[in-house]
Amino acid sequence: MPLLWLRVAVVFYGVGLLYSLLLLSKQGNLLGKIVEPAVGLGLIFHFVSLVESTVLIGRLSWASIHNSESILAFLAMVVFFIFFAAYRTVSPGVVIFPIVFVLTFASAVGQKPITLTSPLLRSGWIFVHVVLIFTGYAGLFLSFGASLLYLVQERALKSKRSNTLFTWLPPLQTIDEIGYRSLLFGFPFMTLGLVAGSVLAIEKYGPLFFYDPKILLSFIMWAVYMLLLYTRWSSGWRGRRAAFLATCAFVVALGAWAANFFSRTHRFIAS
Amino acid sequence: MNFIVIGVNHQTAPVEVREQFAIPEARLPEATKCLATYPGIEEAMIVSTCNRVELLARTTNGNADVQGFMRQFYGFDPAPFRQYLYEHHERDAVRHVFRVASSLDSMIVGEPQILGQVKEAYATARAVGAVNSQLDALLTRAFAVAKRVRNETAVATSAVSVASVAVDLAKKIFGNLQGKSVYLVGAGKMCELSARHLVAHGAKQIFVANRTYERAVVLAKKFNGQAIPFEQLYETVPNADIVISSTGAPHAIFRKEHGEKFLSRRKNRPMFFIDIAVPRDIDPDMNKLDGIFVYDIDDLQQVVSSHIADRHTEADRAEAIVQLEVDKFQSRLQTLDVVPTIVSLQEHLETVRQAEIDRVRGRLGAMTPEQELAVEALTRGIINKIMHTPITTLKTAARESAEATTVIDLVRKLFGLRDTSKAAQDAANGGKPGAQN
Repeated sequence: MPLLWLRVAVVFYGVGLLYSLLLLSKQGNLLGKIVEPAVGLGLIFHFVSLVESTVLIGRLSWASIHNSESILAFLAMVVFFIFFAAYRTVSPGVVIFPIVFVLTFASAVGQKPITLTSPLLRSGWIFVHVVLIFTGYAGLFLSFGASLLYLVQERALKSKRSNTLFTWLPPLQTIDEIGYRSLLFGFPFMTLGLVAGSVLAIEKYGPLFFYDPKILLSFIMWAVYMLLLYTRWSSGWRGRRAAFLATCAFVVALGAWAANFFSRTHRFIAS
Repeated sequence: MNFIVIGVNHQTAPVEVREQFAIPEARLPEATKCLATYPGIEEAMIVSTCNRVELLARTTNGNADVQGFMRQFYGFDPAPFRQYLYEHHERDAVRHVFRVASSLDSMIVGEPQILGQVKEAYATARAVGAVNSQLDALLTRAFAVAKRVRNETAVATSAVSVASVAVDLAKKIFGNLQGKSVYLVGAGKMCELSARHLVAHGAKQIFVANRTYERAVVLAKKFNGQAIPFEQLYETVPNADIVISSTGAPHAIFRKEHGEKFLSRRKNRPMFFIDIAVPRDIDPDMNKLDGIFVYDIDDLQQVVSSHIADRHTEADRAEAIVQLEVDKFQSRLQTLDVVPTIVSLQEHLETVRQAEIDRVRGRLGAMTPEQELAVEALTRGIINKIMHTPITTLKTAARESAEATTVIDLVRKLFGLRDTSKAAQDAANGGKPGAQN
């Protein structure tokens, strides 16, 4: 059953994906009216799926890679909706929806019975670590999306042509606030998540764990994240420079995610 | 549907001609009343604005001497102006009224004032009792059509003046203008106009710098703003979000290096420069800086003209809506014509039925409630069955054939129906001689 609900959620997120594609392909705001309720429903089904699988297994099953994708997507949507409530604009979804769709889709089609062998994965610390880190990721995703939209809107305004393609974009300042606030929102989660992870790792592997690519990338990501916040706070970096940094952070985040496959110490399914 | 419109507008007549026909507001009630009571006219309304004068009327039999009215009211013969006048009848008149109300016939397509002006004219006409039945329906529909056009097309959405485009752009950058500050460099009329627009949309603080300090003080006072000596220009400009510049300076006053300084002082918060001076006050290179947006008068003008072009494309869609609505209105009006006949026919038959039941009641003796109901159902059933086809025929005839009135008259004659609607109208029009001629 949880898998069924997840697949229903994927269909609803598909509306979000379609919305993004249509917006970017000159078709305009075709799904503007239904996209918000659709992805909202997707989020509900997603939640139901997560709750059910938790009940079935007895705990939140972040332990397989596919489940963690689903949780990450879920948290990204939650953060998206927090910002939607504050700014009443779905436009960051243009970037968020496709990411969420891909994550849930991969999770929905690739789920296999969950194997839990590592005793580490059973501890409560891991749970805290994963949720914190993922919320941090979600903030970063949203901020990344906003900084891309900022660039688009800035270009549109500078080109001085009344471009009907981008009329759906919110004002520059709103996009800017969304980007900055989601960054601020995600940072403490990311930091605490890394701290929790480090505590676990030191306990288990000793100080050598830093040489692991996954952990190295995670800390680079955190550093870029920090740099993003710092440049913004100290000299108000926006637009091109901020987008460049956010893209770096996003790429490193993807790298850190992918590093699961070749990391020795950090694995979802212990071999 | 005997509507007629005669008028002049900005397309057909130059202003010298339009002012001949214009009717001042004070005389409008009198003129409307006069037209409505003119021989051969049942209802009337007059719209008179600086761009158009429209005499709209419903005639008794499709033709009325509106020109005669004009001769009488204006005191001159309209014949020499024939080339400037347009005249629409029936469907075309309906279409014209819909187009005018929807602002498709305006000089700037989609401008919102015309609808208000038509509404005022309508209120005046109502107040003097010049509109009551069909013209009333026409105007009510015209307002609905105007609303539909505004909602379903983008005919009235884009800004088409330099000042409103500037406000739109500022909103695209800053969201809302609440609490934003505006810096006027130069104290010219254009500066003042644009600032007024921005203030109307919520801009708070106004700074004015001018080479002649006294003029800056005068203008600043108008906005409750702050006058600033020209020497302090560069230190103070970074305090403002929006800068409007229109000085007579022969060279650019703001260059890229200034922009860089402003941005670092503002921690890169965006700035919007509006350059309405010729020669330009702002080096266009400044637009290349991240976070600074420079629009000169040509850029704004270009946006304005592209918006006007957009409005024309949208106007085509609006025309389609109007066409559809004209069809709908026509068929509704025709069905409306037939309704009184159907009602009186049904009333007539019901009277006959009741009378017949009363007549035979004595012979039937005491009846149980069930029997009462059965008799009731039987008689009603017969009437309904018989009347079904004639009523349907009446409705279709009214909608489709041109001889609707003939069919209606025939039915009235066949059943000996009295013309109640006409009788009521006669009573209402009491002191209106010649109205039925």
